[in-house]
Amino acid sequence: MHWINFPLITIMIWSGLRIYWAEDVYAFGIGSWEWFHWFPDWFYESLDLDRRLARGLAFHLNFAWLFAINGLVFGIYTWRSGEWRELVPSRNGLRNAWGVLLHDLRLRKQAPPKRGRYNEAQRITYSLVIGLGALALISGFAIYKPTQLSFLTWALGGYGSARLIHFCVTIAFMAFFVIHILQVARAGWQNLTSMVTGYELQPEPSNAPVDPDGTDPAQTILVEAEAQNG
Amino acid sequence: MAEQPELSQADYRRRSRRSLLTGGAAAAAGLLGWRWVQTQPADNRIPGVLRNGHEFNENLWSALFRENHQAASFPRSDASILRVNGRIGIREEIDLANWQLDVIGPEGNNLGQHTLADIQALPFHDMTIEHKCIEGWSQVTTWGGARFSDFLGLYQDQLPDNISHVQLDTPDGDYYVSVDIATMRHNQTLLAYQMLDQPLDDAHGAPLRLATPIKYGIKQIKRIGRIQFLQTRGADYWGERGYDWYAGL
Repeated sequence: MHWINFPLITIMIWSGLRIYWAEDVYAFGIGSWEWFHWFPDWFYESLDLDRRLARGLAFHLNFAWLFAINGLVFGIYTWRSGEWRELVPSRNGLRNAWGVLLHDLRLRKQAPPKRGRYNEAQRITYSLVIGLGALALISGFAIYKPTQLSFLTWALGGYGSARLIHFCVTIAFMAFFVIHILQVARAGWQNLTSMVTGYELQPEPSNAPVDPDGTDPAQTILVEAEAQNG
Repeated sequence: MAEQPELSQADYRRRSRRSLLTGGAAAAAGLLGWRWVQTQPADNRIPGVLRNGHEFNENLWSALFRENHQAASFPRSDASILRVNGRIGIREEIDLANWQLDVIGPEGNNLGQHTLADIQALPFHDMTIEHKCIEGWSQVTTWGGARFSDFLGLYQDQLPDNISHVQLDTPDGDYYVSVDIATMRHNQTLLAYQMLDQPLDDAHGAPLRLATPIKYGIKQIKRIGRIQFLQTRGADYWGERGYDWYAGL
């Protein structure tokens, strides 16, 4: 489900950009002074995108169902399997996550204690990303059918505001992609294989109970890792 | 929580190999599927399978369509003159005094002709709604005119029960739209002859245009010259150019 999401979100962003390009109005700035325009021309050029709104819509509105179904299956699986316990941040999670951030930025030597498979920064981020996926769907439907699903549009502050939210969700996804991929690359090959296989090879901790027969020197402990494959 | 099964190195290798093969096969299947979508024979300018997807969406949303769902209304003070986005079908000048509306039945038979005064004789309605363009922009404006459902009432007796679509064309035939009958019957679908209480100007579709907040702007044809009732889906300018035929909101 994790690995189905990656190509699906890529397709959604790729087709979404073609839609947004037809009316690319969002910018940072004050008054008429524009600091950054979403997106500058070089961005579209570097992606080799052409302005094809109809094609963008055709991909976006059909692949959206696959994204929705995959999200639903992921949600049900995470709930039923108890995996959600690995994702829920703890009460003092934010403080711990700050420590993780400092550690990752090499500003702090000691990594904060980790509970279970993910550290608190991961727990917070992954939970937010799941929320982001849900928000992508809700705001998407709000601009797709603003009359038939008017309660969604209304709840998001109207059509224009729902479109802006949908856009911000996209930017957040792109930011997550970049950081997520950097972090995985940093974590190394073993971690990446564990994301695929669901298992990670770990050196046997020295304080682990000694194997009773002690005959196999190659004995290793296999821990269930980021079991997001499938 | 992670139980920690103890496995030998060989076991780990076997598992990794199996995962690698499965993952590789899945990636290859995904890539092939993606290529397959891209290389499908085109149906009105988009890959056939995506056109089928549009039709699935159309069936779904027309089944969920509720006549009593109203597009949001806005205070009159929010309304402004609508941005002009398309001139296809209204490029040539016409003599408004001689304009008339032809009404045609499903067999191509002439049902009637109308002047603007005929349409203005129908009960007047106005609405301040948010006009939405398929490109992504939206703007609040005020339309005034006759409900299409009242106009339909003039012809109800002459039409078969199974009218499913209405096709509307500009007088020169350059622009044309096909709209499902449920949308045309909706009480926010107007044959509009006013914007912001003023008669329509040329750029906004004088003398008569379609205005409905439950379709994108591409369906809201300007300068209607011809209306045909159909038992099947009709021709649609943007539908034939890769867009969704339904385009409902």
